[in-house]
Amino acid sequence: MKELRLLKGNEAVAEAAIRAGADAYFGYPITPQSEVLEYLMAEKPHERTGMVVLQAESELGAINMVYGAASAGRKVITSSSSPGISLYQEGLSYIAGAQLPCVVVNVVRGGPGLGTIQPSQADYFQATKGGGHGDYKLIVLAPASVQEMSDFVKLGFELAFTYRNPVMLLSDGLIGQMMEKVELFEQQERATEFDQSWVATGKNPDRERNIVTSLDLDPAGMEEHNNELQRKYEKIKQKEVRFERFMCDDAEYLLVAYGSSARICQKAVQIARGKGYKIGLLRPITLFPYPSEEIEKMADQVMGILSVEMNAGQMIEDVKLAVKGKVQVEHFGRYGGMIPSPVEVVEAIESTFISK
Amino acid sequence: MTMEIKDIIKDENLVYKKTSLMTDRTLSYCPGCGHGTTHRIIMEVIEELGIQEYVVGVAPVGCSVLAYDFMDVDWLQAPHGRAPAVATGLKRVMPDKYIFTYQGDGDLAAIGTSETIHACNRGEHITIIFINNGIYGMTGGQMAPTTLPGMVSSTSPYGRDVETMGSPIKMTELVAHLPGTYYVTRQSVHKPGNVRRAKKAIQRAFENQKLRKGLSFVEIVSNCNSGWKMTPVQANKWMEENMFPYYPLGDVKMDGELLPVK
Repeated sequence: MKELRLLKGNEAVAEAAIRAGADAYFGYPITPQSEVLEYLMAEKPHERTGMVVLQAESELGAINMVYGAASAGRKVITSSSSPGISLYQEGLSYIAGAQLPCVVVNVVRGGPGLGTIQPSQADYFQATKGGGHGDYKLIVLAPASVQEMSDFVKLGFELAFTYRNPVMLLSDGLIGQMMEKVELFEQQERATEFDQSWVATGKNPDRERNIVTSLDLDPAGMEEHNNELQRKYEKIKQKEVRFERFMCDDAEYLLVAYGSSARICQKAVQIARGKGYKIGLLRPITLFPYPSEEIEKMADQVMGILSVEMNAGQMIEDVKLAVKGKVQVEHFGRYGGMIPSPVEVVEAIESTFISK
Repeated sequence: MTMEIKDIIKDENLVYKKTSLMTDRTLSYCPGCGHGTTHRIIMEVIEELGIQEYVVGVAPVGCSVLAYDFMDVDWLQAPHGRAPAVATGLKRVMPDKYIFTYQGDGDLAAIGTSETIHACNRGEHITIIFINNGIYGMTGGQMAPTTLPGMVSSTSPYGRDVETMGSPIKMTELVAHLPGTYYVTRQSVHKPGNVRRAKKAIQRAFENQKLRKGLSFVEIVSNCNSGWKMTPVQANKWMEENMFPYYPLGDVKMDGELLPVK
């Protein structure tokens, strides 16, 4: 029996967290994602599944509560928005270094600084290139609908525990705030079937004690730890790339866009096709690992690629790396909280490639 | 008849032995430092209570960052100052376990003030062991929030000037006034009698976790002979003469009730 609900993106994250069998949510209010914590507090998940929900004193508090609960091998989720996610970076670096699973939702708003509360994709670099100190990667999922806000919470936990790595849902204020129909997945067990041999839950007589740490003062040991991380990231690159193709088969020009921008570009492709332009859209669903191979294949087919982002040009660097100079790559973006219209995107295609 | 080693190693001759819950790693602390003694009495308490398999410790950043090398329980190493938040996460998902943090004064009273105050205020059912030696030891003797007025450190080379650097913060009295704390005490480990009292305090602080009535906070006023540029004996004397008047020893709050100031 399908369970359909009309939900905001933020509410879908909260409901999905309970249904995914999360043990705990720790968070701190910030616009435009406060509905996650509000929904959870109102829903009393402790009575539904035993899930713990706690409003922390700050984002520093929240991410370190995540660190603590994750080290006990529990399913932990948190959410915030750009300025708050900046405060998460120290904790995320420790969590990645200590190889702990968790899901972090970033409902991105315009920056830099306090910026604006309107939607943006200006945190692409921060999300995909590490974000905090040290050589590490988050697995980054980019939902483009309220449905995916729900589905990716479940997927996020699966990836987080498979690889013992933090997973970020890189959303934005548009998807967080808009309401759409969502088909909710069934309630999952809180217990995980994943390996729990590493958890810090108290040293039983039948096992060696567990120490969750990112510290190794011996540089040779630290280098080997980094090698282990890099091997894990390579494996993730091999196995977890996800993307969606929209009207790419006969495309002469390609749009590359994720999240909200991809939704806008989907409409832009339809408008452009109506005008006789053969435009396709490639939507990366995972931003790390990035669908570089698929974009390189498209570079052999099309005459130009436009990276459409709600920022001043960040993902375009990954598109260019994927394309290896085979074809012209340009950027179109609105930013600071401005959202491009599909017509603007079509005009950008025309002025960049077609009228030239 | 000559006496051999096997004649000496007998139960009735045993006057001291290493706590079984201390590992065989050589302590990384300076000779004379209070960390080693404090580690030992925490592990004695855990051993005597028989709770090793239910304990998770949270290590700070500072001299005791490697505390997990010496104390034989499960551990988590926290970012600087964040141990009470990390301990909150652990305790909230494992309410039946014994969770404790082990923090220095830079960690707890400077960078971690927010996490400390709010964990105390929420009344998390955890134990905080707070080692206050009035200086940053690990980084080489810089001024701490607890450095005494006029005290020389590498970042207050002419002595702490309270006009520009503020006064030393009394975290123990501060957290005692929060409704979330159930037991707040200040102890030391520089003399046998003090060690016995400190051990009793730590035992109470762990046992309180079963009551689920709030946070137990144990400050240990300690020395830092390296940072203070003193011999261990000089440092202990200086501590008695200068630290104890500012940071008086004794219980501040017991069973949720503030005790009269002596």
